[in-house]
Amino acid sequence: MTSEQFKQHTSRRFNEELEHLRTEVLRMGGLVENHLDRAIEAITAGDSEMGLLVAGEDYKINELEVSIDEECSRVLATRAPAAGDLRLIVAVIKVITDLERIGDEAQRIGYLASRLASQDHPHDHYSELKALGEHVQTMVHDTLDAFSRLDADDALQIVEEDKLVDEGYDQITRQCISMMMEDPRTIRRFMDISWAARALERIGDHAKNISEYVIYLVHGRDIRHLEISEVKREVGS
Amino acid sequence: MAVAEQAHKVTNTDKASAVPPPAPRKPDSPVMSAVPESAAPELAPDPGKYETIGDVTATDPVLTVRDCNVYYGDNHALQHVNLDVGRNQVVALIGPSGCGKSTFIRCLNRMNDTIDTARVTGELKLHGEDINSRETDVVLLRARVGMVFQKPNPFPKTIYENVAYGPRLHGLASNRAELDEIVHGSLQRAGLWDEVKDRLDDAGTGLSGGQQQRLCIARTIAVNPEVILMDEPCSALDPIATAKIEDLIDELAQNYAIAIVTHSMQQAARVSQRTAYFHLGKLIEVDQTDKVFTNPSHKLTEDYVTGRFG
Repeated sequence: MTSEQFKQHTSRRFNEELEHLRTEVLRMGGLVENHLDRAIEAITAGDSEMGLLVAGEDYKINELEVSIDEECSRVLATRAPAAGDLRLIVAVIKVITDLERIGDEAQRIGYLASRLASQDHPHDHYSELKALGEHVQTMVHDTLDAFSRLDADDALQIVEEDKLVDEGYDQITRQCISMMMEDPRTIRRFMDISWAARALERIGDHAKNISEYVIYLVHGRDIRHLEISEVKREVGS
Repeated sequence: MAVAEQAHKVTNTDKASAVPPPAPRKPDSPVMSAVPESAAPELAPDPGKYETIGDVTATDPVLTVRDCNVYYGDNHALQHVNLDVGRNQVVALIGPSGCGKSTFIRCLNRMNDTIDTARVTGELKLHGEDINSRETDVVLLRARVGMVFQKPNPFPKTIYENVAYGPRLHGLASNRAELDEIVHGSLQRAGLWDEVKDRLDDAGTGLSGGQQQRLCIARTIAVNPEVILMDEPCSALDPIATAKIEDLIDELAQNYAIAIVTHSMQQAARVSQRTAYFHLGKLIEVDQTDKVFTNPSHKLTEDYVTGRFG
């Protein structure tokens, strides 16, 4: 499956509609990436203003989700797409839901960043948060890349990578707990850090979901809720 | 004349060229009956051979077709088609105009007999009985394999007579009461009874298009067919009449095997369990309908169902 095949319909208008949908998803993805980058920057640099700014701009992502959704319903109603085209529409509807959720998590991180900025700012812990943040940033970036290139192999790798994010999250949680036990006055701060890590972990899950939709789009196989070994057998890689 | 059995419809020149007959063969050899008369015995490979993607067989098949070829004069219109139609199953035949789908279903009740230049070869069986055999009673065959056409074509008779004609011809009713019963039952199953019960003596041609089509379906099922062939049964109907016919197809599938040719892909997706895609006389792909419309295996099928046809 290549992106060329969305441009070969007898109806030129249909080509344009599908092409437009794909660009809109990538535009929304770009916006989500941008919010995520700034939210992580805000929390690690202790930039309260930037945190609030990112949180306040989440509506832009929400608006895109609504408009892409509408466009999908319209294409479904007027074109009754089949096969690869149908899978594209179904995948888009699902991808944008997860993108919107990533936006919500970025918003949450933005608020946490502004709250944490007013408190003590020990560097060592935020570096772990930063590492986790960079990992999910890469995942989000790569999954959007896989979506645009219809690359199921890359998508499968991202699905596997989510495990590492979960481990990173566990590690931060454990550290937070021991810090809170050591000094109960830090509980509030470490609760927030733990929430931020939790948000990043959720973003990893959403990136994984998007990759699963990419595999569905390319191979027509629904691999959700399968073990990774089963998945590899399903898609024959 | 042995050769003529292989092709149920031969022109005079074909007959002339068929003499002298080839080497003697066992009369019931199934392999021989599948070989076109012009071809050498089964040794010669046919360059037109190809593989159909998907499972052409059906569990509990009513119709089995193997290596079916149709020629209109020199035109090889249908090439090496294998396909089963199973009981209680709707098979949709789709493909662009001229791809052979109508030609195919017309083989199944020998409608191609009506075309002088048409020649059909291959093994076509209805419950194991050879459809193409010269011994086959075509009138009886067409009662067992009924057909509904694109344009509703009721007889210029009353509604009652339209339905009663077939059963009377085949002697299915021994008295008027039984005939009434058949007419009532058929119209009921065709979903038309309530609309026409008070005017059975009106002309069938006076009904609306959708009603006429259901009358034709009632006429078809009145003679207890095993298979119903439908050649674009809804293309002359409005969406409401179409929806009624589609519902009817669902119900009929509980008792009959149905093969339907349609240009509406949504219709094929809605009414059928299996879908067969034809392209330039070849059967490209047969599979479960939901598979064909969400994830077809062959590029040509995908191009067709997604409207990507150059």
